[in-house]
Amino acid sequence: MTDRRGFLGRAVAGASTLLLGGCYDLSQKPWFTNALGKVEDLTHAAQNLIAGPQALAPEFTKADIAPVFRANGTLDPGTPEYAGHVGSGFKNWRITVTGLVAHPLSLSLDDLRRLPARTQITRHDCVEGWSCIGEWTGPQLSRILAAAAPKPEARYAVFYCADPMTAEGDPSHNYYESMDLSEAMHPQTILAYQMNGAPLTVPHGAPVRLRAERQLGYKQPKYVQRIDLVADYSAIQGGKGGYWEDLGYTWYGGI
Amino acid sequence: MTIQSDAAPTPHIPERIRTALGLSPSGPHYAFYRHKGLVRAAHWINALCLAILFMSGLNIFNAHTALYWGNSSIFAHPILVLGTYYNDDGAVTRGVTTIFGHEFTTTGLFGASNEDGVLTGRGFPSWATLPGPNWLAMARQWHFAFAWLLVFNAVVFFIYGIWSRHFARDLAPTAKDLTHLPREIADHARLKFPHGEKARHYNALQKLAYCFVIFILGPLIVLTGLTMSPTMDSAFPLLEIFGGRQSARTIHFLCAFGFFGFFLVHVAMVILSGSWNNLRSMITGWYVIRGRKPS
Repeated sequence: MTDRRGFLGRAVAGASTLLLGGCYDLSQKPWFTNALGKVEDLTHAAQNLIAGPQALAPEFTKADIAPVFRANGTLDPGTPEYAGHVGSGFKNWRITVTGLVAHPLSLSLDDLRRLPARTQITRHDCVEGWSCIGEWTGPQLSRILAAAAPKPEARYAVFYCADPMTAEGDPSHNYYESMDLSEAMHPQTILAYQMNGAPLTVPHGAPVRLRAERQLGYKQPKYVQRIDLVADYSAIQGGKGGYWEDLGYTWYGGI
Repeated sequence: MTIQSDAAPTPHIPERIRTALGLSPSGPHYAFYRHKGLVRAAHWINALCLAILFMSGLNIFNAHTALYWGNSSIFAHPILVLGTYYNDDGAVTRGVTTIFGHEFTTTGLFGASNEDGVLTGRGFPSWATLPGPNWLAMARQWHFAFAWLLVFNAVVFFIYGIWSRHFARDLAPTAKDLTHLPREIADHARLKFPHGEKARHYNALQKLAYCFVIFILGPLIVLTGLTMSPTMDSAFPLLEIFGGRQSARTIHFLCAFGFFGFFLVHVAMVILSGSWNNLRSMITGWYVIRGRKPS
C-alpha cells in the first residue's frame, strides 16, 4: 500500500509538473493562442446576445464615490507638446474625428462643453481586478459621431492619444484603442472632460478621456486627440486594435 | 475467479491485469458498476477545469494581490493583502499576508517567493500559478476558456443528473441519512469507512459534501465570476446581490479556496478508503466489494 501511495504521490507531482510546463509551452504556440482567440469571440458573442447594445452599466450615488480613485497606466504623457497644452489650459487642444466619415470634425474643449453633457456615476473596473467609483461628465460620443456622419463601411472607432508608450517617445507608438461602433454609440460612452465635478487632472487623462462603462479600463483611453473611423484596424501599430491588445490582452474588454 | 457482478457481467480481463488492478485479492469478492460513463467523463473534465481555473485564477489574482468588500476597492481598508517588503536597494526582503490588518510573515509562499532562484515579490508562488510567470493576459484567456468548458460540462451533468434521477437517487440526503450523521462524523474522524454493501451508496457526509460543491459552491463561483464582468453587470443588475464587484471578487476567491479544500479532503478520503478501488471505479466504472455478495 505504501508503494502505491508513494507511486500516487510521484504521479501527482509528475502530472502537475507536466501540466504546468505544458501549459506554459502551449501559451506560446500559435495554434493554441488562436484557439483562445476563438474563445474570446465566443465570449464577445454571448455577452452581446445577453446584454444587447443598449443595456446600461449600473450607476451609483455621490455617496458611493471612491475616496481614492486610482490613476493607472500613463500618469503624465511627459512630452513638451503636452506640457505646453497643460501650460495653456488646453485652449489649443483639438479632438479630430477623421476617416470614414462624411463630415470630418475638429473640436476644441469649448466645442465639447457646448454640447449637451451626460453626467454618470459609474464603476471603473481595471483588468488587474480593482474597481473605483467616480462621477464623469461629457458629451455622448454617439452625438459627435452622428455629427460626423459615419460612412456605411465604418466598423470601428480608433482612439489616438497623446501619451507615448515607448522610451523614445515616438508618436507613432502612442497609446491607442479601438471599439466597434455599437459600443461607441452606447448611451454611456462619453468623452469625459470632468471627473467628480472638476476638470480632469493630468493623471486621469486631461483634458479628455473616453468613458465606455461596460468595458474594462484599458478600453477607455486617456488624453484623446483623434477618433478615426475605420473598416479594419489590422494595419495600425501591432494590428490587434490597441496598445494592450498588441501585448496580448483580448480586444474584447467586457469581461 | 470469485468475482461476480450484478449490474452487468464483469468483462473478461486477463489475470495479470486483474492482479495489477487489485481485482483478485484472496477471498470472495464481487464487483458492481458504480459510476455511469457520463458521470465519469463529467468528473474528469471537471477535475481538469477546476485545476486550470484555480491555478490561472491565482495568476490573475497576482495582478492585484488584495481583496476588498463593496463596489469600490477602498485601498486603505483591504480584507486581505499578499504584500512584499523591499530594502533600500529595491531587493525583496520579506513576503507578508495581511488579514484584516493583522500581518503575518509568509516569505517563500505568499507575497514573496522564489522565481528562477531569485526571491521575487508576487502574491502566489510561480509553482502554483498558470502560467508560471505573472502573465495576466494569458492567464485570463486560459481562465475564460476553461470556465466555458466547466459551465458546458456542468449543464450536461445537471440535465443528466435530473433526467436520470442521479441527483434524486444518489445525492439527495434522506432523513435517515441525517440521523446517521453524528455516527458517521465519529467514524470518519477515526478513519473508519463503510465496507461491504454500505459502500454501495454514498454516506450522509459524502452526500452533503457533494451537494455543497455541486449546488452551492459551483453556482456561486460562476455567478460571482460573471459579476466581475462589467458587460454582464449591465445585463443583470441583480448580480449586485453579492454586494458589489469587489465583494463578488472576494466571494469568488473564497469559493476557489472552498473548492481547493474540498479537493484536499476528497483526495485524502479517496486514498484512505481504498485508492485503487475508488480510482478504478471513477475510470472504468467498476467497484469491488470484499466478501460474498448477499443473496
